Amino acid sequence: MTHTSHVLPAGTPAPEFALHTTPDQLVSLSEFRGRPVILAFYPADWSPVCGDQMALYNEMLDEFAQFDAELLGISVDGAWCHVAFAHERKLRFPLLADFEPKGAVARLYGAYREQDGTSERALFVIDPEGVIRWSYASPVGVNPGADGILRALESLKAESARG
Amino acid sequence: MADDDLGRLSLPVGERDHAQGPADAPVTLVEYGDYECPHCGRAHPIVKEVQRRLGSTLRFVFRNFPLNESHPHAQHAAEAAEGAGARGRFWEMHDTLFEHQRALDDQHLVGYAKALGLDPVAFEHDLRAHAHKARVRQDFVSGIRSGVNGTPTFFINGVRFDDSWDPDTLTEALTAAAR
Repeated sequence: MTHTSHVLPAGTPAPEFALHTTPDQLVSLSEFRGRPVILAFYPADWSPVCGDQMALYNEMLDEFAQFDAELLGISVDGAWCHVAFAHERKLRFPLLADFEPKGAVARLYGAYREQDGTSERALFVIDPEGVIRWSYASPVGVNPGADGILRALESLKAESARG
Repeated sequence: MADDDLGRLSLPVGERDHAQGPADAPVTLVEYGDYECPHCGRAHPIVKEVQRRLGSTLRFVFRNFPLNESHPHAQHAAEAAEGAGARGRFWEMHDTLFEHQRALDDQHLVGYAKALGLDPVAFEHDLRAHAHKARVRQDFVSGIRSGVNGTPTFFINGVRFDDSWDPDTLTEALTAAAR
């Protein structure tokens, strides 16, 4: 699969951020230290398909919970937009607004698409110490699914079991 | 970890599956679908069309991938198909459900079972007891592990098919895989 992308690779400390998930609530990455975090960048709220990337992950929260992992969705949409989208799709995980300055966090992770003004469909699995352990940018237009995330969480768990 | 094996069918087609067509067909098409999803409803006659075109070259397998948060009746509809399947009538129920996507409440599901000649009382009991829930979940989890990324998601000989599933493109891909 040839896809030119410059997303931060495994082994890189995950850049810290604090973003709004609702107009009056901020979420920062360091809050989740001690647990794995799945950071899922996606282009935009309201994509017009059943089971779009976020709706799909919403159905998989039980699977992610088995690894005690926190899922964070992130796009350049504003907090009010996220609130409406999360409500309509009944999403049960936070969506972060990478809105002002636009795409700043996506840029930090190498996941911003200048030509579109949105983020890539880029996935990061961050370990309990805050280090990126797996990253992946999906080809444009292809929803990556969750098999890569689950495999990364499994190998994290296997490593910690070995001590 | 290699990423080039993402989007591969993690659970091989086997005895547990509902399949149409010869077990030794050169090409197997697996669909992960949701009976309440309008896109799957659109895909239903297209799958039938490619089955007609490919004949015994093709084996078709359907697995459940109900998106419960988006589709309130999807889970019970999937369990209804499995309930009919446990009584040897999977494909008849499968077709009925896709042909009646807007009427998938329990009352209708029991009615469809009755129309297929199944015992409506036993059928309804199974639905209420979620007798086939585990089976549906097994399908769903196998889909997640395989990179299912929405519904419908197709796999051709175990590889996720990301192209358009219009009849001609799908036929072309299946024919190429059969060679």
